[in-house]
Order: sequence, then structure tokens, then C-alpha cells
Amino acid sequence: MQSPALPVPEAPSLVPPALRGILPLLIAIPTLALFHWSLTGSDFATYLLSVVGVNIILAVSLNIVNGMTGQFSIGHAGFMAVGAYIAGYTSLQLKEVALSFLPVSASDQVLFMLALLVGGVAAALCGFLVGLPSLRLRGDYLAIVTLGFGEIIRVFVQNTDAFGRALGLSGIPQYSSPGMVFFWVFLVVLAARRLAGSSHGRSLWAIREDEVAAEAMGVDTTGYKVRAFVFSSFFAGIAGGLFAHFVPIINPGSFTFVRSMEIVVMVVLGGLGSTTGAVVAAIFLTLLPEGMRSLFGALGTEGSLAQRVDQIRMPIYGLLLVVLMLSRPQGLFGTKELWDVLPRWLPRKRRGLA
Amino acid sequence: MAQLLQHLINGLAAGTIYALVALGYTMVYGVLKLINFAHGDVMMVGVYMGYATAFAIGREARGSFLGIAAVFAVAMLGCALFGFLIERFAYRPLREKPRLTALITAIGISFALSYGFQLDIGFLPGASPRAFPEIIEPTEWLIIGDRDVVVWNWQVISFLIAVGLMVGLQYLVFGTRFGRAMRAVSWDHRVAALMGIPTDRVIALTFMLSSGLAAGAGLLYAIKDTSVSPLMGLYVGLKAFVAAVIGGIGHVPGAVVGALVLGLVEEFVVGYAASTWRDAVAFGFLILVLLVKPGGLFGRVAAEKV
Repeated sequence: MQSPALPVPEAPSLVPPALRGILPLLIAIPTLALFHWSLTGSDFATYLLSVVGVNIILAVSLNIVNGMTGQFSIGHAGFMAVGAYIAGYTSLQLKEVALSFLPVSASDQVLFMLALLVGGVAAALCGFLVGLPSLRLRGDYLAIVTLGFGEIIRVFVQNTDAFGRALGLSGIPQYSSPGMVFFWVFLVVLAARRLAGSSHGRSLWAIREDEVAAEAMGVDTTGYKVRAFVFSSFFAGIAGGLFAHFVPIINPGSFTFVRSMEIVVMVVLGGLGSTTGAVVAAIFLTLLPEGMRSLFGALGTEGSLAQRVDQIRMPIYGLLLVVLMLSRPQGLFGTKELWDVLPRWLPRKRRGLA
Repeated sequence: MAQLLQHLINGLAAGTIYALVALGYTMVYGVLKLINFAHGDVMMVGVYMGYATAFAIGREARGSFLGIAAVFAVAMLGCALFGFLIERFAYRPLREKPRLTALITAIGISFALSYGFQLDIGFLPGASPRAFPEIIEPTEWLIIGDRDVVVWNWQVISFLIAVGLMVGLQYLVFGTRFGRAMRAVSWDHRVAALMGIPTDRVIALTFMLSSGLAAGAGLLYAIKDTSVSPLMGLYVGLKAFVAAVIGGIGHVPGAVVGALVLGLVEEFVVGYAASTWRDAVAFGFLILVLLVKPGGLFGRVAAEKV
């Protein structure tokens, strides 16, 4: 998607420079703590919040490849599957292990973190493998390769005994909590924002705007594309690992092409290249079906309609993509971030009043 | 030996069907530089049209030559019209936009069709596969030895139909005025327009042609599989796409060769290695080809000019 001037995202300048480095931490830690405390009790809220968080991680990480670098990956669920299975398998193997110098719950969390990282690194490795063909392939070919990769992973899992074949893995210890999920949400958003403003990120934007021109200016396009893939798939793997630790069972059916498409729709709706756009779209598209389901459920009589929501969702996502491309191809925010869009209304109004 | 021959025959039969679908990808890519992701799903819609026709004309008429012709004609013409509508309302407005926009649209259409057809509201058929009526009664056409090698009549018929359609297409592209216009548009559609070629019409006709071919191929596939389901388009379409890329996308004979190669590779892997890996074979093969020879077997990697 070309735009006349290259929009280079900047860090918000409202914050005094001394605080900028640690500000995300200052905001994130109390928020996470609040989340963690307020949610002990409601199972459904815990679950829903975890799903929202995982989807945010997936959307933001996919946005690094699809948005910032201008490639088009439609196999993100494949990386998620790698992370989920590897992390889940690691946790299952380490189930009996406890670190003796720590209290049990802390030891569990340490092992969980370890499993997540193993899953993330495995997914990143796959990202490297998938990114390699991008040495020679342009956008649309790469799209098919990523799709093929997702399918290969699914078939591989279905044929591997260690991963439970079509039945999937069950009995993975339920270590995950919304606090943990949102800790990673915070990390991925921070990393994506930092990346977008860095010189590394500028190279990615350059590739997105015009690959030939970027190469002519000395950008190592292949290297950056592969690194973008590795970075993005690492976080997809983490998302998968988190997912594996709060759902009762993971099976190949959770990581199909449909799942990849869901994430693509989130990124395209939010705006290719907008991190906060991806966050907003992920929250919206996760809560909307839930909201509709409970709405139809509350209306009562049409019990089947509530169950239908999942079915109807898919064709609607497809149509949404078409309508978006025809009417607003840049998505909700384009390459802008939430704060680029919101505060502008305020000063204008003030100016109008004065 | 006999087993090898049998696999060879099955592989070729599957390959000819992939080839017809792959030709659609290659033609559209040729004129528009667009991977028409929805091609497989358009095919699926065509198969459902044929399915509806086969039921409408009744059991007796279905088996006759006229009945079969009617099923094919309705599906192919209906599908051509459908392809025209998609081109007119979804792709044409995006023609001057970046290519990614059109690709996303195509993915969206594909998704909307394959999952829309899984609903069971109104005329939509619902998710479960349905038995496709046997418009060609399967009989053994040739038996070698003690049933070592069996050639079915539908294999022969679909091979003949496929080859006939391909020869027709070859003539159309290289022997007619329309074909020349098509090749001109594929070379450079702006210059073609300056030379007085109605590019919009040529592109629309190319879409109709590729959709019609896809419907024909889809019917052959449905006869082979004796079933029709909303997701068939996704899988057949993807494999045909892989075939087109292997042959070098945009290259008409390449698509045919690629499809035959893919059909054979798939058949041999399923026959000799593991049948559960079938769906991974095509993609593994694709990635391999793209790594070794990214332009495909016959295509050239053209340097992108600015």
C-alpha cells in the first residue's frame, strides 16, 4: 500500500525524555497487577481475557511482517502451532520437575516461562526456514509458501505420535494466567513499537514502500525480511505456548487456515502497519462474536442462532476483507497509531473555541 | 511393475484435472499479474451448479449424452458468468491499486465462498459433503492381467475432455485475434490499450474462460471423487496453483506439465510412502521447486523494472 509520504512512526512526545525509557514499565506493571488481582474468581472472564491477549500477541506480531515489511504471510497459525506444541510438550515432560529452592508456584512459573521460550525459539527457527525462500520470492508467492508451511505443520502434527496425532495433547499443566498473557502482550507491543521507530524498522518500512528502491538504497532486503519473519514467528510461538497452557486440549484443529485468516483479518482491519490498530482490531474481533453469542443467548428463543455465530463469522470475515479493500484499503488506522488519530480532535476543537 | 503402471495412470488422470484448473490461474496471472486466490472456490460454485442441474434433469436423462452435456454446459456457462461478476465488481475497481490490495480481495472472496457455502441458509448447501450423482457410470475400460492394472472409463473420458479443452485453449491463445489481444494485454496492458485493444473486455473474457474451464475440471474431479463439498475448491485450487507455479506461472504449456508432474508425485507418495501425508506433498514440492528454480520449470525470473 503506497502513500505519498513515508509515514515514519515517532514515539509520542508528551512524555519527558528522562521517563521515556521506563514509562512502558511504569504503566504496565500496575495494570498487570490490577488485572491479576481483579480476575481471580471468574473462570469465563479469565478465559476470555486470555484469548483476547493471545489474539493481540498474534495480531501485533503478524503486523510486523504483513504491515511493516509489506509481505503477506497467511500461515501465522502454523507458527502458533509450533509454539503451542513445543511448549506444551516441554511442560508435559517437566511436569514432575520442581525447582527445590523455590516455592512450588514460583517454580511452576519459572518452568512455564522456560517452556514458553523453548516454544518461541522453535517457532522462530521455523520462521527462519520460511523466511529463507523470501530471498527470491515476491509478495504473492511468499503468501502461498506461508500457507503451505501452515498446512505442512498441521499434517506433520497429525502424523506424529509424540504430539498425539489428530487427538492432540491434553493434560498440559494450566500454568497460564491473564497476568502472564498480558505481560507478553506488553512485551510484544513494546518490541513492535520500538522496532517501528528504530533504524531497523525504517529499513522494514522502506521494503514495504518499494522493495526495488530500498535495495537500491543499500537496504539488505533479504536479511531484513528474514529477520522480520523470525521476530514475528517468535511471538506467534509465544502466543501458541500461552494458548496451550490455558485451554484443556490442543489439537491440529485449533491451528488451521481459518485461524491464520482470523489473524490476517485483524491486521488488515486495524490497518497494515499500525500496532495499536492491530490491538484494537484484535480486541474487537475477539469480543464481537462473544458479545453476539451472549446477546443471542439472552434473547433466548433462537438457541441455534447463538451456536451459528461461529459459522456465520467466517464468511463475514471474507466479505469484510473485500469490502475493506474496495472502500478503505488502509484499514481503520492506516499506518498511524491510536494516539496519532485521537488527540488531534482535541486541539482542533480548542482552536475552534478560541 | 503393474503397480507402477497403475500409479502412473492414476497420477496422469489426477494431473489432467489439476491442469485444467492450473490453466485458469496461469491465464489470469498472465493478463492481470494477479494470483486469483478465489479460483478454486469459483470452481466449487460451478460444481454445485452442475450438481443442481443433474438433479433438475432427473435420473434418466442424467446418464444420456445430452444429459451430461447439459450438466457441463450449465456449470461452465454459469461459472463463466460468476467469474465475470467477480472480476467486474471486485477486481476491476482495484486494477490500478497496489497488487497486495487485489490479493487480499481475492483471499477474502475465497474465504467468503468456501465458508459461505458451508452455511445452510436458503439455497446454500451446508458443510457436509454430498454424493455427486454418477453422471458417468463408472465401468472398467481396460483390465490388464488379473486386475493388476485397471483403467476406468471416467479416467479415459476426463483425460479426453481435458486434452480437448487444452488443445482448444492453445488454439484460442495462439491462433485467434482474441488470443493475440490476450497476449498483448499480458505483455503490457497500457500499451495494448493505446493500440486500440479493449483491455477491459479482454480481461473480462479471460476471467470467464478460466472460470468456465475450472467448472469443467471441477465436474471431472467430482465425478472422480463421487462427492462435492464446499471445501473442495480450497484444496483442489491450492494444488492447481502449486502446479501452475511449478510450471512457471503465466506459461500455458508449463501449467499443464506442472500439473501432470504434481499429479504423479502426489500419487507416488501416496502409493509408496504414506497416504496421510497427501496434503503436505504438494506444498513441500512447491517450496522445493521455488528454492531451486524460483521461476518454475519454464518461467523466467524477470528483473523488476522501475
